[in-house]
Amino acid sequence: MDSPIIEIRNLWFSFNGQPVLKEVNLTINPGDFLAIIGPNGGGKTTLLKLMLGLLKPDLGNISVLGHSPKEAAPRIGYVPQEIGVNKSFPISVLNVVLMGRMRGGGGWRRFSTADTMTAQKALERMEMWEYHKYRMEELSGGQRQRVFVARALVAEPEIFFLDEPTSSVDTKGQSDFYTFLKELNKTVTIIVVSHDLSIVSSYVKSVACVNQELISHDAPEITGEMLDMAYHCPVELIAHGLPHRVLRAHKD
Amino acid sequence: MIEALQFEFMRNALLAGLLASIACGVIGTFVVVNRMVFISGGIAHAAYGGIGLAFFFGLSPTLGILGFSLLVSVLMAAVSLKAKHRADTIIGVLWALGMALGVILLDLTPGYNVDLMSYLFGSILTVPTYDLWLMLILNGLIVLSIGFFYHDLLALSYDEDFARVRGVSVNILYFLLMAMIALSVVIIIQVVGLILVIALLTISPYIAEKFSGSLLEMMFYSVLLNLFFTLAGLWISYSFNLTSGASIIMVGAGCFFVSLLIEYLKPKLSTH
Repeated sequence: MDSPIIEIRNLWFSFNGQPVLKEVNLTINPGDFLAIIGPNGGGKTTLLKLMLGLLKPDLGNISVLGHSPKEAAPRIGYVPQEIGVNKSFPISVLNVVLMGRMRGGGGWRRFSTADTMTAQKALERMEMWEYHKYRMEELSGGQRQRVFVARALVAEPEIFFLDEPTSSVDTKGQSDFYTFLKELNKTVTIIVVSHDLSIVSSYVKSVACVNQELISHDAPEITGEMLDMAYHCPVELIAHGLPHRVLRAHKD
Repeated sequence: MIEALQFEFMRNALLAGLLASIACGVIGTFVVVNRMVFISGGIAHAAYGGIGLAFFFGLSPTLGILGFSLLVSVLMAAVSLKAKHRADTIIGVLWALGMALGVILLDLTPGYNVDLMSYLFGSILTVPTYDLWLMLILNGLIVLSIGFFYHDLLALSYDEDFARVRGVSVNILYFLLMAMIALSVVIIIQVVGLILVIALLTISPYIAEKFSGSLLEMMFYSVLLNLFFTLAGLWISYSFNLTSGASIIMVGAGCFFVSLLIEYLKPKLSTH
């Protein structure tokens, strides 16, 4: 058994005196494809930012690849929420992707031909190379998301973090995107934050549900306990078009 | 206008305009894309405290503005990093405090008889050669440090979280950027005065952003636009005997509204 790739022990985090995460414990093994689900405001994105070292926990310990989150961050591919980025910013698709090759610290010349080649390969893989000269604002939400994935890919990461990656993509685009992630999961560990429960059944390997507290499950199933915690009422889930039961059958 | 060039003050004015255009284009681009307009206004107005200090202690006003606006920019950078949700209030207070300090120190200065209007509204026609050298040095500092950290600043402006994940020292660079705003404020005050600084910092990058493919292009076009505003403003000021700083801003504001009009009409024209 490999040692865990991410280990969170007794993590507490509050913002402006309001508790956001309470006593969170989570172990993620190499090669996992974990979905973090839960209601809006439940602390999903906060947990992701803690694992990236963008936020500091009040209490508890996070180890990523055997290091502190901040030390490990350059080995992580991060795809932020598409809506969080200034859309009218004057920047070309290729330059956004090249950002994934940078290391801070200044310098006059930053990108080599090898960097550009890597960026081209990543864009080709995301079927976005034909747009490499476009300005970001000329793309659709889904296309922008693919560029952000390419930007994360060029860093050749060992872990992939995605925050609501399909929030501005249609249903067909969503299933294509998760099929791509499933393929990518053969080589890297993937952690995806989503409020969309339908992805769970057919693509991921394990699920964690966050609503201040965290419940995890080593199978692509949402337990009744998770739904109770997340939505405070029993919900029957219907996964669209997939011959797979997401919830266990009711016992009664 | 050509015959005006035989005067030294006119040649100095053109050089000052050129130097201010470069500083404004480069720094204004970051001010606009990072939405730092309010904080820049705060630095520019608080700089009045530096003028007061300089007169009170009998120092060079330009050095007073330089020192004081650097101090204020560091304070404001610390506040906006530490207390994000109340930063605008604290910046507003520092803005007013700087101005009040300037007024009181000038009250306390015995027998001063300086034309304060020139600091409030600029006096490009009376820039001394000594200040031109200082402007040149500050410009060099701005262009070199922005050039050296261009990619880091680009990443921080576009996507701060991603920049942090990639190991960019976002906080240090933010202080650097604020200090560069302070330096450019010193340069621009010479040309349009501290009250009109914001206009010169923001109008040209705003227009340039619409047709630029990168931050670098946006800076380049902003410098060209600023140069045009300054030259046209100077010409109007010379021909009609109007205040130079206000004339420059009027040209800029005119172009600003024309660009809004073009933006508004463009989709309507292309559908027909």
